[in-house]
Amino acid sequence: MTRNFDLIEKEAIERWENTEKSNTPQIYVGCATCGNATGAQSVVKTIHKQLEEKRLDAVVKEIGCIGMCFAEVLVDVIKPGKPRISYQGVTPEIAEEIIESYLVNDDPRPDLALGYFGEGGPADLERIDTGEVFKNQQRVILKNCGVIDPENINEYIAHGGYKGLAKSLEKDQEEIIGILKDSGLRGRGGAGFPAARKWESCLKPKADQKYVLCNADEGDPGAFMDRSVLEGDPHSVIEGMLIAGYTIGASKGYFYVRAEYPLAIKRLRKAIEQAREKNLLGENILNTGFDFDLEIFQGAGAFVCGESTALIMSIEGNRGWPKPLPRPRTSEEGLWGKPTLLNNVKTFSVVPQILSKGADWFKSIGTEGSPGTAVFALTGKIKRSGLIEVPMGIELGKIIWEIGGGILDDKKFKAVQTGGPSGGCLPEDKLDLPVDFDTLVKAGSMMGSGGMVVIDESTCMVDVARYFLDFTFEESCGQCVPCRQGTQQMLEVLNDICEGRGREGDIEHLLELGDSIIKSSICGLGQTAPNPVLSTVQYFRDEYEAHIRDKACPALVCKNLIMFQINEEKCTACGRCRKACPVEAISGEKKVPHKIDQDTCTRCGICFSECPERFSAVERLTGKEKLAAASGKEG
Amino acid sequence: MQELTNKALSAFEGKRNEVIPMLQAVQDEIGYLPEESIRTIAEMIGMPESKVYGTATFYSQFYFSPRGERTVKVCLGTACHVRGGMLVMEALEREMSIKAGDTTEDFKFSLERVNCVGSCALAPVVMVDDDVFGRVESKEAKEVLKQSDPEL
Repeated sequence: MTRNFDLIEKEAIERWENTEKSNTPQIYVGCATCGNATGAQSVVKTIHKQLEEKRLDAVVKEIGCIGMCFAEVLVDVIKPGKPRISYQGVTPEIAEEIIESYLVNDDPRPDLALGYFGEGGPADLERIDTGEVFKNQQRVILKNCGVIDPENINEYIAHGGYKGLAKSLEKDQEEIIGILKDSGLRGRGGAGFPAARKWESCLKPKADQKYVLCNADEGDPGAFMDRSVLEGDPHSVIEGMLIAGYTIGASKGYFYVRAEYPLAIKRLRKAIEQAREKNLLGENILNTGFDFDLEIFQGAGAFVCGESTALIMSIEGNRGWPKPLPRPRTSEEGLWGKPTLLNNVKTFSVVPQILSKGADWFKSIGTEGSPGTAVFALTGKIKRSGLIEVPMGIELGKIIWEIGGGILDDKKFKAVQTGGPSGGCLPEDKLDLPVDFDTLVKAGSMMGSGGMVVIDESTCMVDVARYFLDFTFEESCGQCVPCRQGTQQMLEVLNDICEGRGREGDIEHLLELGDSIIKSSICGLGQTAPNPVLSTVQYFRDEYEAHIRDKACPALVCKNLIMFQINEEKCTACGRCRKACPVEAISGEKKVPHKIDQDTCTRCGICFSECPERFSAVERLTGKEKLAAASGKEG
Repeated sequence: MQELTNKALSAFEGKRNEVIPMLQAVQDEIGYLPEESIRTIAEMIGMPESKVYGTATFYSQFYFSPRGERTVKVCLGTACHVRGGMLVMEALEREMSIKAGDTTEDFKFSLERVNCVGSCALAPVVMVDDDVFGRVESKEAKEVLKQSDPEL
């Protein structure tokens, strides 16, 4: 029955090999949202123009994110018989240079390159795929991202795509669930629920219609893993949903995608069309009698819609209100009251590989309790921001120091935040923790869907907690009191602490509020909302106490607790701060050290960043120093 | 306005589950959701206007008043927040003399906060429509606006 697929696969592989073997150079431009935001589209335009002007023959491909966001715009050039050379920070001007130097004159321009992939690159260049960034990574979910053209289904098929589907269609439903069970796959949306159990509970109920939903409502601030998969390898997610549809007996699936992801939506649309053309979607798929089709639903900007019942309410055309317990499981009564399977983007995208390579292969990666890999968006105060994929069980510290290259500007590490608004902050002594679903929860954070924000000494932990609470307060759907009122109360206490009105007992008050919100909220949003506060209190209580007792912000962030002052001995009266001050709070003239009028100053910090480092005359004071300076002014 | 609304809604049948896509289509066409458009959607679906309005206001993407010609979006995702995004927002509020969420009197600019545009390596990030400004410092707020509107 998979003879049809064999033909499709053969054709795709032939096409891929033809481009690989051809004498035409290939140029890859990283055109995911991150690349485009850095100017990839104008680089693509320049390359096309240059090729035309110089009458050069080359294949130009717009590919997904390879994960090295720190080096965007990335342009890779493969000349026949030579390894792939990666150029970083490419602008239209640099693109012109690369074409002239390397394509025309065969000078690989090591000065512009980041390195090369594979073997046999120029001696003065570093090999990337075995270098620091990639040696600790294992690309499973992201294996095609930045490698294939996401708008070309043949490239996906030539890289083993749709083979998992073809194999699944030869198996019966229980067998597929058995393989998933053996693999130990846990949902990649954050909580890590065993995927096989979810699928099984959708298989059991008898119904005339069932649904498969893909949760692509990635709303955590600081997270873009799902988007990168949809933009870089959309077919893998479609294939996973197809296998799910076949397994549970559904003929219809929906993508619920954040409307803020226009490029992901565009690529998905195209991928769905191409899959239909090849009879991999639609009726009687590959002549097996299996029908399945997909539709895209665009979210409208509500974080809570990442919760399963809220997501379903939203597709049905309502406010995204989660349904309180007790209620039937969505696997029994979900979308329009029918059995519904909902998984995250990354869960679906890894399923095809498990089916084609086997459960043992998957289990060989990661830890016993959390097999497979974890995808993280590594950001914040880190040298090499990017999208990374590591085997579960890797030490947190390895991610930060080796893959990420350490802290920006070589400042001191303070904490790493995982799990977004539902997660927590872990301090330095937790950096030897092996990363997986269970260890992170035990340490007071969580895996979440994969945001990992690195925090250094210049970040205030109370302010970070306040930031997340502000987010969940804004995004609370308002249905249940503990979440709606509780997050507001916590936010008010945090505002007081950050603004110098903190009182003894505030910390205990926060812990008490947090405990009741966790126990009594109706959905995951509320039940996890206090986590950022609880974990920062657990590990950084001294910072809270400094805010409350000494009215000091040790990281010099909280505006009401700091003041700016010009050191008369250091000030050279250059006038930069005076000219830059937006509220004209700085007085002084040539050769006279400048002064800040504290009553006018809004503490925007522009004078501080404007004062040249060699002078460093603008100083920030907090706590006792601030009090002393302020009283000195009066006296 | 009615003409634009009808145009935006011509492809819909008026099913209950089409509410959100219909609201999105109207906003794409007109730029915001005028009262009469909400009324039209309610009539097409056969549900109370208040319910359509209630659904629309639940989602942060929908606007109920005209927007500026260009939208300045300040990213306040976690990475941008820890790298000083809030200071940039405050500087832009000061330069534009409006608060986040508002539109300038001449309808040239709207100012918004967004939660992560996914360019965290460039944090803090400001977007003016589709133009991205990376590693913006608060002192550069004026410059960002100037580049976006030569008349300033």
